[in-house]
Parts: sequence; C-alpha cells; structure tokens
Amino acid sequence: MLRALFAELSPLATHRGWPRVAVDADTWRAIGEALREGKLDLLAEWGDAGAVHCALYEPATRGVQIATIAAHEGRAPSLAVFHAPASRLERALADLYGIEVVGLPDQRAWLDHGRWPVRAPLAAQPRPASASASPAYRFLEAQGPGLHQVPVGPVHAGIIEPGHFRFTASGETVVRLEERLGYTHKGIEKSIVGRSVNDAARLAARVSGDSTVAYSFAFARAIEAALDSSPPPRALWLRAVMAELERIANHLGDIGAICNDASFAMLHAECGILRERTLRACARAFGHRLMMDRIVPGGVTTDLTADGEKEIGALCTRLTREFPELIELYDNTASLQDRTVGTGIVSTRLAAAFAAPGYVGRASSRLFDARVHLPYPPYDVAPLEIAVRHEGDVDARVWVRILEVQRSVLWLQSALGALPGGPVRLALPAATAESTESTAVVEGFRGDILTYVRIGAGQLIERCHLRDPSWLSWPLLEAAIEGNILADFPLCNKSFNCSYSGHDL
Amino acid sequence: MRRRLFKNLVNAPCTEPVASAAHQTPDALGEALRGAVARRLGRSLQIREVDAGSCNGCELEIHALSNAFYDIERFGVRFVASPRHADLLLVTGPVTLNMREALERTYAATPAPKWVVAVGDCGAGCGVFEGSYACVGAVAQVVPVDLVIRGCPPTPAQLLQGLLWLLSQGDHAARKRPR
Ligand code: SF4
Repeated sequence: MLRALFAELSPLATHRGWPRVAVDADTWRAIGEALREGKLDLLAEWGDAGAVHCALYEPATRGVQIATIAAHEGRAPSLAVFHAPASRLERALADLYGIEVVGLPDQRAWLDHGRWPVRAPLAAQPRPASASASPAYRFLEAQGPGLHQVPVGPVHAGIIEPGHFRFTASGETVVRLEERLGYTHKGIEKSIVGRSVNDAARLAARVSGDSTVAYSFAFARAIEAALDSSPPPRALWLRAVMAELERIANHLGDIGAICNDASFAMLHAECGILRERTLRACARAFGHRLMMDRIVPGGVTTDLTADGEKEIGALCTRLTREFPELIELYDNTASLQDRTVGTGIVSTRLAAAFAAPGYVGRASSRLFDARVHLPYPPYDVAPLEIAVRHEGDVDARVWVRILEVQRSVLWLQSALGALPGGPVRLALPAATAESTESTAVVEGFRGDILTYVRIGAGQLIERCHLRDPSWLSWPLLEAAIEGNILADFPLCNKSFNCSYSGHDL
Repeated sequence: MRRRLFKNLVNAPCTEPVASAAHQTPDALGEALRGAVARRLGRSLQIREVDAGSCNGCELEIHALSNAFYDIERFGVRFVASPRHADLLLVTGPVTLNMREALERTYAATPAPKWVVAVGDCGAGCGVFEGSYACVGAVAQVVPVDLVIRGCPPTPAQLLQGLLWLLSQGDHAARKRPR
C-alpha cells in the first residue's frame, strides 16, 4: 500500500531515516481511504508552519512513511473524515497552529480551553485571545429516559493527574463516557523551539515523568538521525538497560494499582515493594530513581560501574524469585479475577483501527511492539519476544504486563553479560548550514513514542513533535467502559494508565 | 495466599528500622514528623494531593510515600480523596493556565486551618517550563504556599523531611495566630 501510494514521489532530501514526501490533496485523500480500510496504521498527525504531517505504518511490510500536505491559506483537508482516530490529533493541531482542518467532523477546541493569552500559539503569527469569555465546552449528548450525568475531575480522588470525565449512566451502567483533556498543557512544543539540543533534551525528558527514559531515548534517536551521527555502542546498550528498568518499574506499579482498584490491597503492597526495590537499584546504578536526563543526544551521561551492574543483576535475581509468587496469587484469587476478567473489553477491531499502543493493543491481539517491528539498536541484535493476549479485557492487560516484566528481566540478565566497553558519549557533529530532520519511534512502557525533530542553523530546534502513545489509547478507554458499571471505571482506567501530561504536552 | 501471608508474618518487615542518627533515614524523619503532627493536629494529618500541571514524575514519588518502605500512614499522615477532608494541600506542577481555576477552587474547598506545600522544581518556580504561554508558573502565584520542597522530582525521603519542617514551623505560627 505504501508503495502504491508513494512510489512515484521522491522523498525530501532533508529528512533522514524513513522517507518523507510532500503530497497533494488527492494523495492525502487516498491516505485517508487506506486508513479507513485498515491497510495502514496512523502513527501520528501533527502541524507545522503552513503544513500538516502524518506518519503511517504498514503492518504487512513494516514500512514507515511520513507524508506532508501544505496548508494553503491556512486550510488543510482532514483525515478524520475517513479515519476517526485522527480526530483529536487534528483538533489539537488546529488549536496549536490555527490551521482550519477542512471536513473535520468535530470542530470543538481540544487543548485550547480558552484560557491562554494567545490563540494558535505555534503559528508564525499567534493571535491575541479575545477578551470575551470563551463559550462553555459542549459535551456530546446522550438521550433517553432515566439517564443521568456524573462529572468527574479535573481534580481526581487519588494521587493522579488531572482530566475531566463526563459519564452518562443509566442506573449503574455507563452509557457514554466522554473525556476532556488538555488541563496539563504546558506548551512544550512551543518552548522547545529555538533551544539548543541539550536544553531541548531536558524538556523532552519531562513530557511524561513516568516515561522519562523512553522520551529521552526517542528524542536522542531523532536528533542523532537528523545529524547523521551515532552514539558509541556501549551507550546504545545502556539506553536499553534503562528503558527496560523503567518498563519493569512502571508495570510493577500498574499491576499493583490495578489490584488495589479491585480492593486487593495485598498485591498492591507486594508490587509496591518490588517497584521500590527497582527504583533504588536504578538510583544506585544510574544516580537517579527515575533515571531522568541520563540519556542525551550523543550517548548517556552516566556510565554503569561494575557495582551498578551487580545491583541490577541482584534486582533481576530477586524479581525472578519473588515475582512468580505474586503472579500465582493474582491468578488464583477468585475475587480478584471476578473483577478483572471480562471487564472493559477493547475489541480486536478497534485496537487495530486505532493502532492501539503498548499493552492496550497487545492485549487485544494487535501485533506491534516497536522493539520488534521497527527495531532499533540494540534490539536489532538482541530481540525480545512480543507478549500478546486476545481477550482485550483488564485481565489481558494485566497479563501482557506480567509477561513483559518477565521478558525484560530475562533480557536484562543476558544483556548485562554482553555489554560492550568503551566511551558512553560522543560530541554531536557541528551544525550544518541547512536544516535537517528525522523521525524516531521508541517503545516506552505504555507503547510507542514517536518523535519528529527538525534542526536548523546553529543546531537550534526548529520544530519538535512528541507524540505520546496515550493519544491513541485514550479514545479506546471511552469504548472499553461502555456497558460496564460505573464502579469498574477506576479499574479500567488503571488498566489503561494513559498519560495526561504526555497527551496534553 | 496463605503461604505468602505466613511468610510475611515470619520475615522481617521491609519498613526500615528507625536509625538513631536523626534526620538521616526516612524513618527518623517520620518519627519526628509524628511528634510535630501530634502537637498540632493530634496525630492526624490529612493530605490532599493536587496535580496542577506536573509531568507526573512528582506524583510517582508522592505515591512511594505509601509503600512499605516509607509507610507514611504509620505516622498518622493520610492521603484523602476530597479537599474537604484535608488539612494540607500537596501541590505539584508548574500551574498551567488550564488548571489554575481548579487549583483555586480546591483551595477554597479546603477548610481552615490549612497549609499548602508546593512540590518539585516546577511547583517551586516553573522548572524547565519557565516562560511558556500555557503556564502561570509557581504554585505560590496562585495560592499561598507554606513550604516548598524542591527536587526534580524530590525523593520520598526529601518529601518526608519537608513535611516535618513545615509542621514544626506551623506549630510556631499557630501560637502567634490570634484565636
Ligand atoms: S519537578 Fe520535575 S518531576 Fe516534578 S513535575 Fe516538574 S519536571 Fe516533573
């Protein structure tokens, strides 16, 4: 499909790595139709000065293609008319760039809550926001006898990020959930423009704190590809060691938190202990519990000492010993299984259509893991086995996490013995005269993170787009909860564990 | 399950023992915290956490306060679901413009006497997000702040230490406050 669509077009020379082509309205429309027919996956869609880009993935060939359409007079045609998953992406780019997306069925603002001093903040000429109060957000309606609404948030009951959920329920049963996000929008994509590579890396590391390693990894890869440089081999391996540690820590936290939302506090406590041990091992090995700012363009900032290696080895041994007991406990507790099995089902069809990321996709038969399907070093030479389930319920999402923890531990154990020596950081090549760009995908614990960067003169960032996996999984949560009881929402929500900050950016 | 429970019964707890050197380990901090809480609130401090725009890194470490290693609840400190039950707001983030009103309303919903602790470099100043069109900035620009706990993110041990400091100061301030 990618060939049929793009074979005739020549890729732009400035874009390194996967090809990027400029397309016309007809090809854009053909892309929309291919997405609708499920021949391609939409990885991302984002705005730029006078243009809209989309990143496409073809499962059959594992090819990636970036296509760009110019926004003539501030207008660009919509992909969401053909392919609903593009809807929020297009609403966001309309908010940020002021581009009118022609044909976009849902024209409501998404990230812009009418509270910023400017409109279209990323446009070449942002407009001052009008002084008049912005109209209230129109939630979608659900009509019928006996329906009632339950508004939740933005401040939630637990220690979690802010967002608003509007439930319409019939008695206990959820008829419709509508999410409203954007509360943690920090304007990162604007702040990052004009920064040096190192300053930008600090911002990229703070898009979503739980995935700080994965974001730094993706950002570094995009920068290095754009500058045609490659970090020393040891750095590549250390990056993956950190990425797997981050995955283990987050999955352990999630498994415990899901059980806690089913009122099974014991597993929450046990997983919490293992998570804390993991974070402490990270702190001792890399000097920071979350390993923030350890991966930078050019390599990593902290080398792993022999002691650090021992710490991680000991952690792996402990996990291998203690985790199976917890799995057994999860699997053999009927009251817990009663809550998780059959709850919050995401159909295989929807998971495929939304290119559902990470454990959400893999729990619903979607065979995609960037480490396997778009392999990057060191996973290209040290592959992992992908974890897939087919039931699509909360239980399946727990199981994908369980399997991934185990496989990451195994991977770490074999990697530790095989780490190459040498330096861990190299200077980036000097700035080029014209701007260069690249796109990278890295598998975070939550799913694939896509990063697009363009660097201009003086090695300053001209444009950087960071697409969190949650963009693709948030809408599926709305579908998963439908027909479930309201009381199961926390459980479903935790099993998704979408990022607010990563999404709102 | 019984096997696991039994094991936990006979194994040593992973909650760390109180070290004699004060203010060194989380436990020494926590023990001192209990004294301060006891004087002011009678061994009960209820905390409402508010994410006003953080990257979620601070939340992860605040969460860790409840795990078996730090076990903040044994000192009478609890996280509650509603600001109406809270004595203290623990606020993270650079406050975003989109969260400003929610933070103001949460503060208004918290009964007096109340404290506010701003957590993280972002809550303290604006962190790396300084200068953005979408951020108000420090928590103190929106609600009165009694204490700032810096770090990106602060470790659970630093969070405990910070709360302790506030409560001893709070005690002092309360005596001066007219009834
Ligand atoms: S202080 Fe650091 S960890 Fe906390 S919200 Fe800010 S960037 Fe995230």
